[in-house]
Amino acid sequence: MQALLQATIEFLKLYWAPLLCGVAVIAILPLVAGYIVLVERKVMADMQARLGPMRVGPHGLLQPIADAVKLLIKEDIIPDNADKLVFWLAPVLSVAAALLALAGLAIGPAFEIAPNINIGLLFVVGVSAMGIFGIVLGGWASNSHYSLMGALRSSAQLVSYETAAGLALVSGLLFAGTLNINLIVKAQLDQGIWFGMLAPVALFTYLVASIAETNRAPFDLPEAESELVAGYMTEFSGFRWSLYFLAEYTNMIVVASVATTLFLGGWLRPFPRTHWLDVIDFLPPLLMVAIGVYCVIRVPKQPVRVQRLFMLAVAGLCFVVALVLLAPVVAPKLNPSIAETVKPFYAGIHGGFWFLFKVSAYIYMFMWLRFTVPRYRFDQLMRLGWHFLIPLSIINVLVVGVAMIAGEYFHLQGWTMLLVTTPAAFIALVAALAILAVDSGAKERDRAAAASDFYAG
Amino acid sequence: MLDSVLFYLFAGIAVASAVLTVTRRNAVHSAIFLITALLATAGIFLQLRAEFLFIVQIILYVGGIMVLFVFVIMLVNLDVAVRQIQFARQKWVALVVALALAAQVGLMFWSSGKMPGQGLPVQTAVAADKLPPNSEELAGILFKSYLLPFEIASVLLLVAMIGAVVMAKKRTYRSDASD
Repeated sequence: MQALLQATIEFLKLYWAPLLCGVAVIAILPLVAGYIVLVERKVMADMQARLGPMRVGPHGLLQPIADAVKLLIKEDIIPDNADKLVFWLAPVLSVAAALLALAGLAIGPAFEIAPNINIGLLFVVGVSAMGIFGIVLGGWASNSHYSLMGALRSSAQLVSYETAAGLALVSGLLFAGTLNINLIVKAQLDQGIWFGMLAPVALFTYLVASIAETNRAPFDLPEAESELVAGYMTEFSGFRWSLYFLAEYTNMIVVASVATTLFLGGWLRPFPRTHWLDVIDFLPPLLMVAIGVYCVIRVPKQPVRVQRLFMLAVAGLCFVVALVLLAPVVAPKLNPSIAETVKPFYAGIHGGFWFLFKVSAYIYMFMWLRFTVPRYRFDQLMRLGWHFLIPLSIINVLVVGVAMIAGEYFHLQGWTMLLVTTPAAFIALVAALAILAVDSGAKERDRAAAASDFYAG
Repeated sequence: MLDSVLFYLFAGIAVASAVLTVTRRNAVHSAIFLITALLATAGIFLQLRAEFLFIVQIILYVGGIMVLFVFVIMLVNLDVAVRQIQFARQKWVALVVALALAAQVGLMFWSSGKMPGQGLPVQTAVAADKLPPNSEELAGILFKSYLLPFEIASVLLLVAMIGAVVMAKKRTYRSDASD
């Protein structure tokens, strides 16, 4: 008993900071997920030429809170023939895997829950892959045909697309030469170029595979509303359902962060080593000021006094964030003696801004695709994964490896690496077209065979 | 202290869930406990500072193989199998095998106790932060010292994979019989 107590104290002494960070993330993340849902609804409304949620708060800004309250007080239904324990376990598993994956990521150089893990990126990918059990077991435990179909589709889809995503990550990691997240970003700083430019085919493959892995349209077959009601979460209601939702949006953040870290330069601003472009540092505060000013302009148009006050508060928040972003840039110019003390603050604050900015851009891309491309059929989805993406990413790994050896041979570094990686990308592109041609040929033959069988029978 | 507590925690979970894996009647419950056992083993790897083995265990066994296990369990109708008697057919064989294994392990412990310093190969402890990074070490060993066996193993796996695809492929007969 004494030993156990001693071990607990030792554990707390070692890990109190990550634990606190973890608690903070768990507390904040549902709110963030709620606001991503709001942004998604607003983007959808914008693309369909309507307004979206407008009732709760100014421009629907309090809608996520209302949704959360609704979900919390909703009746919790468990089907009679469900496997109660697994039914209880499944959504929790989903959320736990997604949150654990988030722990391995770094939002800027300053904020990282588990800093400097040697296997960083592998940890994130591996742990987030466990979330599939939440979906599969949830679908099975509901004891419903729609749920089971959704679960089966989901597991087939995730297993297929994980291979493509993994191979895409391999092509990016070849340039980094490490799995540690901090060192990956540092490699991009040292080489002065984002790995997404060196391996554009890998970035494309990862984009497609990550949409499939997060079960989002156009690959949202596991929860296809028109076919399966709501797929694996048909029987889940209230809080359990919202846990699934939280897991889905956390997974979105995780895949976006992985892509940002490996392909889009992590928390580096554009052109991090070109000093005459330091003006870019004024961009984040300017952006925040612009949003604040827009909010102030919109204040008189709000119908109710509370909404006007809320709008003003949002504007004030924007101005405060702009000040926080501006301070570490201006302070060294005014007083050169404190330049060294300000440096880590500058790295942390601006790094965080750029990281979140890139992650948001990636998530916006997700939404854009969701509202533009119609849903795939299941055989099309499997064909795309196995016949196109996996061969393409294998070829890309080979070609990128050859390009790296060529670059070493000619002593190329940074931007000049583009001289060898661009032809490599073109070779991969030609290979992709060849794969498509072969695949459509095979499809034609299949169809012909099926047709002749049909008439023969 | 923390290390030994973590070891006993993970080892206890692993043993308990392994027992539950074979005693549960429901195949999905068995699979869940097998996943737990594999995760606990991964935890022991991590406690031994073998972080690469830890994540490979999770990615391959939990994220890959077990997903396919569960997939197959759901695809195949298991209601019939549940009603049948599933074990007790190989009781005596299993007993002999288990006793042989126990004798082996016991012999090792006994001999290690008799010869102090020469029994179980325990290396001198190294501080956790002084250990070389696991994945780099493993990559160096695999791709420098043991490149040929590694390549042979991967070719073997490729052959197995192609064999499985060929066997599972639907045979289309283009005969003239139907005309």
